[in-house]
Amino acid sequence: MTAELPTFTLTFEGRPLTARPGQSVAAALTDAGIRAWRATRGEGAPRGLFCGIGVCYDCLITVDGRPAQRACLVPAAEGMALTGAPPPLPRPSGADEGNAS
Amino acid sequence: MNERPFDLAVVGAGPAGLAAAVAAGESGLRVALVDAGPRPGGQFWRHAEGADGAGHHDWETFASLRSRLRRLTAGTRVRHLPLHQVWAVDRAGDAPFTLRLTPAFDGATDEVTPAVRARAIALCTGGYDRQLPVPGWTLPGVMAAGGVQALLKGSGTVAGRRAVVAGTGPFLLPVATGLAAAGAEVAAVVEAARPADWLRRPLGAAAVPGKAVEGAGYAAALLRHRVPYLTRSAVTRVHGGDEVTAVTVERVDGSGRVVPGRTRRLAVDLVAFGWGFTPSLELVVALGAGTERGADGSLVATVDRARRATVPGVYVAGEATGVGGAAKAVAEGELAGLTAAVDAGRPAPTKRGRRLAARIARAERFAEAMHAAHPVPERWTEWLTEATVLCRCEEVTVGAVERAREDLGAGDPRTAKLLARPGMGWCQGRVCGFATAALLAAGAGRAVTAEDLRALGKRPLAAPVTLGELAALPEPPDPPDFPDPDTA
Repeated sequence: MTAELPTFTLTFEGRPLTARPGQSVAAALTDAGIRAWRATRGEGAPRGLFCGIGVCYDCLITVDGRPAQRACLVPAAEGMALTGAPPPLPRPSGADEGNAS
Repeated sequence: MNERPFDLAVVGAGPAGLAAAVAAGESGLRVALVDAGPRPGGQFWRHAEGADGAGHHDWETFASLRSRLRRLTAGTRVRHLPLHQVWAVDRAGDAPFTLRLTPAFDGATDEVTPAVRARAIALCTGGYDRQLPVPGWTLPGVMAAGGVQALLKGSGTVAGRRAVVAGTGPFLLPVATGLAAAGAEVAAVVEAARPADWLRRPLGAAAVPGKAVEGAGYAAALLRHRVPYLTRSAVTRVHGGDEVTAVTVERVDGSGRVVPGRTRRLAVDLVAFGWGFTPSLELVVALGAGTERGADGSLVATVDRARRATVPGVYVAGEATGVGGAAKAVAEGELAGLTAAVDAGRPAPTKRGRRLAARIARAERFAEAMHAAHPVPERWTEWLTEATVLCRCEEVTVGAVERAREDLGAGDPRTAKLLARPGMGWCQGRVCGFATAALLAAGAGRAVTAEDLRALGKRPLAAPVTLGELAALPEPPDPPDFPDPDTA
């Protein structure tokens, strides 16, 4: 409906996505055919959009390194880097790097 | 923070909140209008920036309220705080209410207002789709009907290629026609009720003739797009591996019991579920205002005819007093705003107030007829299996809640929540609260009570906040004296 507006690019797990001004992060992912971007803590089940209006927190995503953002509310922006898993927690200095997995 | 308190804080800028803020502002009150959205309009008038209202109902009402709001915000009468969410409201004794605010999302706004003080508060918090879990409803591609609509109205994005829209209620129709008009194939609208039933209640329907005309418009659009409208039917199971590939549709009787031998399977990549709406009541409950079971079985705020809640200085308008649509919400919002002005000592616009009260009563009669025609099927819990996820956040299954009930005596929601954890995750029971209450009540062979719903509706923090925001709170004041029960 607004296809004539200029588009811009952001990435999900390094893969480029195209979005239109005013679209949410979830909308940009949906338009790219991406329906799930997170795995649940318990079952590791795939999750994406559900309520679509900020109520259910199913669509949590990491935006430019900030974890637990609601994809349905955050507007997509030029150059934004989206990842499904949150970034690793900072490790205390001197911790054994060998156990990072 | 040391700014002098506003006369009224309005929470929510949807149909009710906009009307409340405008009415109170034009009556001479200083108003703060707090809203999570970037633009006023709420869910009903959700729109992309610069949208012209195409595809929206009653956009003229919105455009008029918006321009009146702009006039008020241009002066000092109304302060609009978009992209702010209220996470708590506190008050000591007779002090003004303090609304604690957090950005709607990280970095939502550069001008974060952490708190607003006000002498009175109007809660116009709207609602969201009510959900009934079924096997497979956690698969990607299953969405709330309102979410499908929001994606379309807000971002111009179609959530799937081949959809089924299922549940009950008139809202399924605009979702289905919206999808079809945007190019998706709609395999069916699956409606548990038999909507001819509401045409048989002439009192309610005739009271708001505009609604019936609107319904006829959607019916015509469904026909035009060749969308089958299956009544007395339900999507009882969703199939798929990593995402939705199909649904099972079954015939059900009036109680929701499956009629054997009438099963069909539809291949779809999108399921839009809606079983009416759940009002957002966290702030109503947090303020200690009274609640009751509404005509549709959800918890609603108790209000008098003028939209006063049971706590002085608190007003409630819109879906939070009972789901009834935007026209009812606008009338209620205006009345709440006028009542707040009168209670603050402004002259009473008696005639206007009486007219609004009559309009609201008419809309409520219509809503009651709708709710009676589109009930949540009494026996929907029979569609569940032990492995069905009830609480999406904590992945609590139906079996886990039933075991807590049978083995540990958790027959009420409060105990079940403590022992099996439904409603303990990110959404705090907003999605599974109604279903959990219904499941436990069905297991005990009794009807859901308001107390069941209240137990799952209590959320001390109305939105997640950072530890930094908690740490930034001022030292708590000395505890207030116990209020005198006669004046509290």
